Amino acid sequence: MSEAPRYYVPHTSKWPIIGSSSLFVAAFGTASFIQGDNDWVFYTGLGLLVFMMFGWFRDVVAESVNGMMSGLMDVSYRQSMAWFIVSEVFFFGAFFGALFYARVVSVPWLAGSSNNLLTHTILHPNFADTWPLFMTPGGTETEAMGAWGLPFINTLILVTSSVTVTFAHWALKKSERIVAGAWLALTVGLGTAFLILQVVEYMHAFSELGLSLGSGIYGSTFFLLTGFHGFHVTMGTIMLAVMLLRIFSGHFTKDHHFAFEATSWYWHFVDVVWLFLFTFVYWF
Amino acid sequence: MVAHAEHIPHRSGLAAFIARWTLTTNHKEIGSLYLWFAFTMFFVGGAFAMGIRLELFMPGIQLVDPSFYNQLVTMHGLIMVFGAVMPAFVGLANWQIPLMIGAPDMALPRLNNFSFWILPFAFTMLLSSFFMEGGAPNFGWTFYAPLSTTYGPDSTDFFIFGVHMMGISSVLGSINVMVTIFNLRTPGMKLMEMPLFVWTWLITAFLLITAMPVLAGVVTMMLTDRHFGTSFFSADGGGDPLIFQHVFWFFGHPEVYIMILPGFGIASQIIPTFARKRLFGYNSMVYATVSIAFLSYIVWGHHMFAVGMPLWVEMTFMICTMLIAVPTGVKVFNWTATMWRGAMTFETPMLFAIAFVILFTIGGFSGLMLAIVPADFQYHDTYFVVAHFHYVLYPGAIFGTMAAVYYWLPKWSGHMYDERLGKIHFWTAVIAVNLTFFPMHFSGLAGMPRRIVDYSLQFADFNMVSSIGAGLLGLTQLFFLYIVIKTIRGGEPATDKVWESAEGLEWTIPSPAPLHTFETPPAWPIANVGEHQEDSV
Ligand code: HEM
Ligand SMILES: [Cu+2]
Repeated sequence: MSEAPRYYVPHTSKWPIIGSSSLFVAAFGTASFIQGDNDWVFYTGLGLLVFMMFGWFRDVVAESVNGMMSGLMDVSYRQSMAWFIVSEVFFFGAFFGALFYARVVSVPWLAGSSNNLLTHTILHPNFADTWPLFMTPGGTETEAMGAWGLPFINTLILVTSSVTVTFAHWALKKSERIVAGAWLALTVGLGTAFLILQVVEYMHAFSELGLSLGSGIYGSTFFLLTGFHGFHVTMGTIMLAVMLLRIFSGHFTKDHHFAFEATSWYWHFVDVVWLFLFTFVYWF
Repeated sequence: MVAHAEHIPHRSGLAAFIARWTLTTNHKEIGSLYLWFAFTMFFVGGAFAMGIRLELFMPGIQLVDPSFYNQLVTMHGLIMVFGAVMPAFVGLANWQIPLMIGAPDMALPRLNNFSFWILPFAFTMLLSSFFMEGGAPNFGWTFYAPLSTTYGPDSTDFFIFGVHMMGISSVLGSINVMVTIFNLRTPGMKLMEMPLFVWTWLITAFLLITAMPVLAGVVTMMLTDRHFGTSFFSADGGGDPLIFQHVFWFFGHPEVYIMILPGFGIASQIIPTFARKRLFGYNSMVYATVSIAFLSYIVWGHHMFAVGMPLWVEMTFMICTMLIAVPTGVKVFNWTATMWRGAMTFETPMLFAIAFVILFTIGGFSGLMLAIVPADFQYHDTYFVVAHFHYVLYPGAIFGTMAAVYYWLPKWSGHMYDERLGKIHFWTAVIAVNLTFFPMHFSGLAGMPRRIVDYSLQFADFNMVSSIGAGLLGLTQLFFLYIVIKTIRGGEPATDKVWESAEGLEWTIPSPAPLHTFETPPAWPIANVGEHQEDSV
């Protein structure tokens, strides 16, 4: 009945408590920072968090390299990553929900549709139902970000990177370390290019289009959706870069490379989110 | 066999104590941490409730000024929901799930420690807001915009990050539960053979993983609306305060099921044991749980009937809401059928479980009344709603947890609790709960609004009764604390099986449960299952 050792239960670890306390420092710091207090608490917290992640992951990597990760453990990690991505989907879902509600309900209502004619004529008779919302009921104006310039290039970049990361995976499964490294390096490069273009796009939005967080619901949804996505791309790129380093340090084997796979799942997820963004934020 | 630490550093006294509890990766220790934390928060939230009830003892404004009253109401709700009920259930999950499925521990023990220790920090932050300029959050536990955006006190930002921390804790904790259940069942245990507590927690974890991120999303929009000029919840910028309500309740309704499903599981464990019969309709219990979870995603609008939605939307939400009564009814039927012609005895866990079934059903009925759109126009934001959710939450979530503690405490501590004291606790609690919350139905139907510091004279009697009940209810909880401590410190030794006809893997290990259990997966099915329990007719 028993295969030994069935499941590795790690000994006490100091990283979680370091993690939770640094999370506290970071959260407290952010809240005070936002309220205009000084910012060093926030940076301390952030630094501690990075330190914690580094230490924690180093432990886990060491365990994996020392072969303490049984097949069952591998499955645990896989499933956790999958559920984590599910939770991320719902996080983005909240913002997409707000976007759809604004487009389908609140903007038309403000412009008098359904039974809101009186509100419209009395409160903001000049307000028109358009999307992108060029002028808010309050009168703030903005121009829209077109889909077929930078955003389209970024779409191509991200889709390509999903392909390259898959090539890296195939190479890894054939133990072709150099090839895998090359494809992965290309993926990291594409991720970085995406981020740079995103910054360029934001600058264009601020300086030429007058599009900012403050330009009504269009700007709000635009920046929160693309911003959180950009944050995820940043995280993904860092994770990919770490995987690249690990490939060069000779870490993974042809059937043991969970961290790599998890990262690539994450990357595909970020890619899919972008496709939704491209469709609903930029295109239609 | 499981690989363990070879070197646990030697420390002494206080340092050892702190090190043990902050560094532990053991599911039993972390389970106890969760339970004690929840219990502490239960008293904190309870103290706020006492403040509320004292103020409402008589019409007029006696004790607290209205703005502080609002803070008390808000913090009472937040602390009870996120600090007491949810962590208590996670604590039970930590203790019991590995024991019930024959796993050596939770699947990700370090993550488990992380999930727990985020909570004390999050609640320190939340509670510290009382001492901030402008006071604690005062917009109700549902923190509707614009009360929490345009008009929120400065401490709202700390509240927002507190919520983020709780969210992280819940999501990671639930991932752990999911993975443990899917991956670490003893070889041979099929999903449809899992104890119902495990099943209900599986579904709860799914709800948490999908609902908490939505909560994180809505508080993030709040934050940017407050500080970064976005207009999600402001019509001036083309947004709508209703966006807040929709997103919040998309989280909020699954959340209320998060607070009841584990309770369903507990009742389904306890009732068969003391009725000495197999659970009636195991499969239908599982399917009912799954359908409740599914429906809970498409009924959120029933919290918003009165804010104005198109008629077809109101109707859709109304019908979906009423549909939930079907699987809920299936459950109540099954529990009743399990007891039917059983050889029943009424030990304290059973008493709490029966009260759970009966009183929860009252809450379910008032829920059905609230689900009727035209009726809700009248009931919304009155004490009737307060009565409804306290009937589902107190006798539901809280009695469920207490039943679970009485049921499993002998296994955890190795001692039997004092049956006589347990019964006294039960009867005072049942009387006090009904005394506190039943009159709220009447004052609510008569039109008393909720969340207001004062009320008109005709509600005086009902409120006085409620306040007296609440005081008694507070006392019974202190009594419960006494019973728990007494049991942990001593008492008649518990047998391994504890209850004559208890079934399940957790009863095959010694009492008290050793720190490490099931290092080798136990055999499944357990030999001589069904020796004591007859099959249902
Ligand atoms: C048959 C099942 C149920 C139905 C039909 C139902 C229906 C409703 C409705 C229509 C409301 C909104 C009332 C209003 O604000 O006007 C409501 C509020 C509420 N329900 Fe239920 N409910 C059910 C079960 C539950 C359960 C199991 C729980 C928790 C364990 C729960 C907790 C709550 C809470 C906390 C609120 C108030 C939220 C607030 O405004 O603060 N309900 N319920
Ligand atoms: Cu609801």
